[in-house]
Amino acid sequence: MRVAAPPAKPHAAARSEQIILFRISGQPFAVSSASVQEVRSVDSLAGVAIGIDLPTLRKVRHVVRRGEKALYVVSGAAHFGLPASPAGLVFVLRKTRTALLVDGIDKMATMTRLQALPLAYCHEERKWYRGLTALDQNVIPVVNPEGFLNADELALLDASLVPEVVPDELAGEGMELPE
Amino acid sequence: MTQPVESILQSFVLLGLGERRFAVAAAQISELVSPSRIFRFPHRTPKLEGVILRRGRIVPVCDVAEKLLGKAVTSRRFYLIAVRHYGDKSEWVALPVTGDCELIAAEMTTAGEADAAHVTGWISHNGEVIEVLNLDALTPGGEDVVDANTPVAVLEVRP
Repeated sequence: MRVAAPPAKPHAAARSEQIILFRISGQPFAVSSASVQEVRSVDSLAGVAIGIDLPTLRKVRHVVRRGEKALYVVSGAAHFGLPASPAGLVFVLRKTRTALLVDGIDKMATMTRLQALPLAYCHEERKWYRGLTALDQNVIPVVNPEGFLNADELALLDASLVPEVVPDELAGEGMELPE
Repeated sequence: MTQPVESILQSFVLLGLGERRFAVAAAQISELVSPSRIFRFPHRTPKLEGVILRRGRIVPVCDVAEKLLGKAVTSRRFYLIAVRHYGDKSEWVALPVTGDCELIAAEMTTAGEADAAHVTGWISHNGEVIEVLNLDALTPGGEDVVDANTPVAVLEVRP
């Protein structure tokens, strides 16, 4: 009886991922470009963002309405514990309710290898980062878009909102990124 | 009371840190490398300086001087790259070394209950009694790791 040879394993194609290299308080970070729905100037938030004052959550100072949902504007510097710096851009992160304030974009790049955060790192940073990537002899942390606000923080923020005072939808000069 | 673990000699690497010397089991040592650029990024784990790139791998640099000497050391002559175990996993960690390193054979006496957790035993060398370090207790990670729902999985974009 002949036994059919098992089907050859398809070669795993070398994959790559487009990333955006950006800075917060001068510190370089990367994020998958697929995770960024839109890049806007911070100026575009003027007039549409309303203030939030939660003493226990200082990294969120503003909220903007985006269709049916509220987008919370997270200070990247406060989130990562970096010195405050003037933000120039805001990343609207796809599939989250986070708009991240950043200094600016350095460049786009292609990431071919993402290494898990070493196990020696054992605190909040494990939620902050998807991992680390080596690029041009630098090591850059790749942020996890879902790591900026956890469920408890979102619940706290939602509870602080008064629906009728959330301003109109964010509109204007943003750069939509394809998914 | 402490007792010898076994009567056979074992290999240890002696490393100089500040004005003291410590020992690590040679089997745990991967290599000794010259200082290279440390990449730093925000994190909340104490005793971690950053990471170095070594043969394509990203290796965390653990600042053990504070715990071993009670003060930080800024200068460094080498990084001792050692294997650190995390349950059934193991990874490299880099330990800053400020003095000479030496490979010796010695008989280890196991640590007693009164010894610190980072001391796995003692050896005697040239009239000096030297702590043998337990890297799993000395360096961060392991049981301190935050909950399992965190995105810690290896995400190799390229296999």
